[in-house]
Amino acid sequence: MSNILEVKDLKVAYGGIEAVKGISFEVPEGEVVTLIGANGAGKSSTLRSIVGLEKPVSGSILFQGMDLKGMGTETIVTKGITLVPEGRRVFANLTVLENLRMGAYMRKDSLEEDMNWVYDLFPRLKERSWQPAGTLSGGEQQMLAIARALMSKPKLIMMDEPSLGLAPIIVQGVFDIIREINKQGMTILLVEQNANMALRAANTGYVMETGRITLNGTGKKLAEDESVKAAYLGKARAKKKS
Amino acid sequence: MSASTFAQHFLTGISLGGAYALIAIGYTMVYGILRLINFAHGDIFMISGYFMIFAMASFPWYVAIPIVLLGTILLGVVIEKAAYRPLRSSPRMSVMISAIGVSYLLQNLATYLFTAIPKSYPEIPFLKIIFQFGGISASLVTLITPVLTVVLVIALMQLINHTKMGMAMRAVSKDTEASRLMGIKVDSTISMTFVIGSLLAGVGAILYFTDRMTVYPYSGSLPGLKCFVAAVLGGIGSIPGAVIGGFIIGICETFLVAFGYSTFSDAFTFLLLIVILLVRPTGLFGEAATDKV
Repeated sequence: MSNILEVKDLKVAYGGIEAVKGISFEVPEGEVVTLIGANGAGKSSTLRSIVGLEKPVSGSILFQGMDLKGMGTETIVTKGITLVPEGRRVFANLTVLENLRMGAYMRKDSLEEDMNWVYDLFPRLKERSWQPAGTLSGGEQQMLAIARALMSKPKLIMMDEPSLGLAPIIVQGVFDIIREINKQGMTILLVEQNANMALRAANTGYVMETGRITLNGTGKKLAEDESVKAAYLGKARAKKKS
Repeated sequence: MSASTFAQHFLTGISLGGAYALIAIGYTMVYGILRLINFAHGDIFMISGYFMIFAMASFPWYVAIPIVLLGTILLGVVIEKAAYRPLRSSPRMSVMISAIGVSYLLQNLATYLFTAIPKSYPEIPFLKIIFQFGGISASLVTLITPVLTVVLVIALMQLINHTKMGMAMRAVSKDTEASRLMGIKVDSTISMTFVIGSLLAGVGAILYFTDRMTVYPYSGSLPGLKCFVAAVLGGIGSIPGAVIGGFIIGICETFLVAFGYSTFSDAFTFLLLIVILLVRPTGLFGEAATDKV
């Protein structure tokens, strides 16, 4: 299987401080790949530079073999990459339907089929299609953010902490959706702090710590790795308690 | 005051208010999308007045009007590109200071090029036709202004609420970065806002100066400030708010003059600004906070 995305020696810095210190990873087509790690590990910066919101200091980002260097965000998204940003960032002043149509902003073909598809995935959004997005609950806004990204018909969908600030039952729903759209053939790059859920959903996982990738392997292998368990899966703390 | 004098003043008031409303929309739209008070907007309006003088010198009115509107649009877009766009990622205060700078630049440029002596505004013959209804008399421009304002505002609201471009404008005004992720070209969306704002200021200038009959380098500064107050009164960022604010200020000002308080008519506008900022800082139709944090 070919890699849809290849990141090589990526470095990202903010005013001289390196947030990402030369990481390499690839995303094979049709798989779920996750980057896990604590706050400030550089996960979001990695996603933001893939989509052109940050300018990397060095390194290369190849999407389907094409170098994305120097392209603006508006151009990169037309190549088939989309990002569900951290904190949802739906357009609160637009209705649910308008948000979905914004997701398909650069498309010129008919949206009807995909509109029905996302409404099938998220029936709640259909019920609320005339409501301003700002009036939705946090979980519904996250669903809308994912649906909006899907409306661009991406080849690769990247999600930045989709479980952030949501109730456990809603988080479960978000991961069900991730599995479902992956089963339908979508390639997903997922950034999460919720390592447990992310690793169970992913084919491959990378652990990031202060700007570097320290571990990688299949999702299953990482979920059973002792150091990962200790650091991210709450195992150590659970032991102390008992 | 008899009913007919009342009606006469009311008509003058809504006509002035209409012109104010058209200019106020420019303030409110630019604020909505850039969070910038475009202090140069009143001066764009003034320069548009000069454009008309020169265009009418060589062309008939039906050629001159499109030329003037295009020139005004071009001026607005060039100002945005040259003075605001390079500061896109700077603190908001820098852009505002740049706007004040552009305002002074335009005023002084006009003084330098056209001298400070008021120039007479050309007459567009058909706009000056006088109509009589009972005791009321009004020129066509007085009647046309409020009607044209309402028509343009309805068209603008349609554009903003029901077209893809309008949706993109609303999206950019809410979240620039998320808009980029949708593939919206943010810079051209912002330019479009300046196109619309300047176009309306150009129309407003024709209507306003046809009534006032002279243009001088500072004729944009006081109306500009008043229209800014109108935008704040209506709730800055809200287009219907700006229109209603414009009409309120136009009508109040005209009646103050009619009652003999013309000395205070300008002071009243700014008193209104202070009161609205103290009592209801979001204005009459200020953005309702629907954000969920």
